[in-house]
This record gives sequence, structure tokens and C-alpha cells, in this order.
Amino acid sequence: MKGILDIFTIVAVAAGAFFFLAGTVGLLRFPDTFTRLHALTKADNLGLGLVVIGLLPQMDGVMAGLKLILVWLMVLLASATVSQIIARALRRGGPEP
Amino acid sequence: MTEALTLALVGLLMALAVWTLVARDTFAAVSGFVPYGLLLTLAWLQLRAVDVAMTEAAIGAGLTGVLLIAAAARLRPTEAPAWAERPGLPTRVLAAIVSAAVAAGIGACVLLLPDPAPTLAPAVAQNIASTGVGNPITAVLMSFRAMDTLLEAVVLLLGLIGVWSLAPDRAWGGRPGPAPTEDPNSILGYLARVLPPIGIVVGVYILWVGADLPGGKFQGATVLAAMWLLVMMAGISDAPAVDRTWVRLALAGGPAVFIAIGLLGAGVAGAFLGYPEGLAKPLIVVVEAALLPSLAVTLALLLTGPPRRKDGDT
Amino acid sequence: MNTPTLLGLCAAVLVGLGLYGLIVSPHPLRKIMAFNVMGNGIFLVCAVIARRGAGAGMGGDPVPQALLITALVVAFAASALAVALVLRLFEETGSTSLSAQAAGPQPAAAEGEV
Repeated sequence: MKGILDIFTIVAVAAGAFFFLAGTVGLLRFPDTFTRLHALTKADNLGLGLVVIGLLPQMDGVMAGLKLILVWLMVLLASATVSQIIARALRRGGPEP
Repeated sequence: MTEALTLALVGLLMALAVWTLVARDTFAAVSGFVPYGLLLTLAWLQLRAVDVAMTEAAIGAGLTGVLLIAAAARLRPTEAPAWAERPGLPTRVLAAIVSAAVAAGIGACVLLLPDPAPTLAPAVAQNIASTGVGNPITAVLMSFRAMDTLLEAVVLLLGLIGVWSLAPDRAWGGRPGPAPTEDPNSILGYLARVLPPIGIVVGVYILWVGADLPGGKFQGATVLAAMWLLVMMAGISDAPAVDRTWVRLALAGGPAVFIAIGLLGAGVAGAFLGYPEGLAKPLIVVVEAALLPSLAVTLALLLTGPPRRKDGDT
Repeated sequence: MNTPTLLGLCAAVLVGLGLYGLIVSPHPLRKIMAFNVMGNGIFLVCAVIARRGAGAGMGGDPVPQALLITALVVAFAASALAVALVLRLFEETGSTSLSAQAAGPQPAAAEGEV
């Protein structure tokens, strides 16, 4: 049972890392700020969710697992708000994207 | 395996440190400083210093990052004149030689550290039962080296007084920061209404759990200060005028309680900040509960800066 | 070359980089950042010393680690004061230059206000 959980953790965390990599490639290669924001927010949040799901079997106790999920929800909230603020500032005539 | 992870961490740390030095734009350099602080958090974890890692993430990367980003944004016009003042090649070569010598000296000291290393861990483990807390770092901070913690709280307060002393005469005792222009119904206002209740619970939890697990009042106070700063930035509440009585009471309350308990110890237990037998845990809890709001208010006001406007200004 | 030694050597390099940045950067905000980098390097050396003192069931000597927490907080307070000074200098003179020429004709102009 422990072996299966470990394999699940490795697979999920590796998939999360791949999404982070994809988001960073998007940050570097997309042409303007709006598309970069899109890549970052979507890919990074999904990557973090996969990492959290992968780490859940390694936690001892339900409370620790719930804390991890709370961390993920906080990051979701913060990154969504920040990307909206950046995009709105750009639309209102901020620096060139 | 951990050596490979440490090697990667070291490489990234040095690359980011070099970036903060050579980046042309100060804002870009500051943007490199925040991930540098977060990677440093991982370095502390590699050295099994969990409390220090939490403090670095909160204060070292978080609050210092906010401080530097706000300053870099305001100082954009000074970029070009500053670049024109770069010292010439001889000064830079000399500086490089001096820095390399200092780095080599410290590296030699690290390699020549005595083996087996002297340590106070057994002494702490022997005496920790008398303090009533389970986390050895909290025991050291609040009991064995309580004087250091008291002086640290006072240093924060003195730093804040120093920042306030930079207010122009016409704004003495006024409100720090620019007048709120952010619409309180925007998405930032939404975040500033949803997050602070959760943040307050998390901050108090970090303080409470610091007795037996990694945590403590500095990390908790930083979370509380961040929540208040978010509310101020979103325009929901204005920065307080610094001559208000409640501000001054909130700032001085924590250190005053700490000093009072210290004097109590001088009378009852024979040494300043000595705790009477059996009363260590309750006294530590009282001091931490008093220091948490004081620290939160101090940290938040350190970030908002000196007062710049009085009520009634146009 | 185990982890603490590796991080200790990294800390030495960070101190060197920070010192170089402190001496060479003309912009005061960059000096403050370099000062922070240097300070973090020194804190890393202290944490390496703490890690080597592991024993009695703890992962590291708790006394240097507690002193490190104090150091981080005090370094932040110093940075905040330094940044406030730079911003005030900018408000007063319109530039952050630390050179003597920039501070030239101040006393007469600043007579009536502060």
C-alpha cells in the first residue's frame, strides 16, 4: 500500500512540475503580457493543485491534508486577483504589454 | 540526493544574487530579490531551521519585498541619473578584490569550523521542562534569551520612531502614505474583505502553535500586519493618524507588558525576566499575547512610512 | 562536501557579492538590497553553525536559530528605516544622489520649510 501511494505521489508531483514548466515556457515565449498572464495563472494553479494532490497521501492526519488544500485555495485566490489587477491596469493605459 | 538538491539551490541563489546586482532597471532587480528570499527559505529548511524558514518567508522575502517594490516604484525617475554616477573601473576592480578577499576569509572559516561542533542543544534539552513549552526555539526566545526578544521588540519600536521622525513639519502626527484612491468595490476590495478573516485566524494559530511546533509571534504578527496592509491598500480603511492614542497604546503595550513581567521576575524570582517557579508557561503566554498585536501594528506602520498628510489637508 | 558545508561556502560567496554591490552601486536602493544580500549570507553562516550543533533529539542547535530570528527582524527594521531615509531624500531634493555636489545649495532653500 505504501509503495502505491509513493508512486502516486511521484507521478502527481511530476505532472505538477511539468505544468509549472509549461507555464514558465509560456511566460518566456508568449508575445504580450495578456497571454503571459493567461499562461501563468492557468498552468501554475493547475500545477500547484497537482502537487498538493500528490502530497496528500504523504500527510499524517486529515488536518494536515486540509491545511495543504487551504494553502492551494489561498494561492488560487491571490493569483486570480493579482492577474486581474495587472490586466486591468494594462487596459487602462499602463506600460506597453 | 539532498546534496543534488542543495547544489541546485545554491546555483539558483547565486544566480539571483548576481541578478539583483547587475540588472539595469532597479525594479527588475527588486523583482529578483523576492524569489531570492523565497529560495533562501528553502535553504533554511535544508539546514533544519523551520522557525527561521517561516520568519524568512514572512519578513525577509515578504515584508522586505513589499518595502523594496514600493520604494522602487516611487524612485523610477532617479534611475538614469544614478546610472550616470557609476564608479570607474579602478574603484570597481578594487571593490571586487576586497569582496573576494572577504568571501575567501569567510569560506576558510566555514571549512575550518571545529569538529565535533560545540553545541548548546543538550543544555536546552535538559532545562526545557522548566519553561513549559515544547518548541526549543520558543523556549530559547521567551525564556533562556528573553532579554534578546525584549530588546528586539524595543528595536522595532525605535525603528518606527525613526521612520516617524522623517515626517515633514506640516504633517507631524498625521497619516502615513498617500490618500486612498483605490475603489473599495474593485477586485482588490473583494480580496481585502475575504482574506483578512482567514488571515487573522492563521496568524493567531501560528502564534498559538508556536509553543510546541514551529511557529511563534513574529511569523503570526507578520500575517496580521499583511492583512491590515491589504485592507489599507484596497482603500477600505485609511491609514491611522499616528498621534491617535490607540495607535500609541497598541505600539507600546506589548513591550510594556514584557518589561513589567521582567520587573516582576526581578522581585519574585531574583533576576530580571526570571520566571517564578511553575508560572513560566502562563507568563510566556501573557507576554506573547500582548506582543502579537504590538508587533503587527509596528510592522504594518514600518511599511506605510512616515506621516505625510493631516486631516483637513486638501 | 555535505549540505551544511556547501551552504556555508554559498554564504561566503553571497557576502562577497553583497559587499561588492554595496560599494559599487550608485543608487541607494540598490545599496540597501546589496546590504540585505550580505546580511542573508552572514545569517546562512550562522545557520550552518547551528546545523552542525545538532544533538539531543533536535535537528540543530536552537540558540543560534533563535538569534537568527531576531537578526532577520532587526534587519527588516533597519531596511525599513533606510528606505524611509532614501524616500525622504528623494522628496526633498528630487534625486537620490549621495554625491557632495548634489547636496550643494540646500541650506538657503530649506530655510523656510523642513
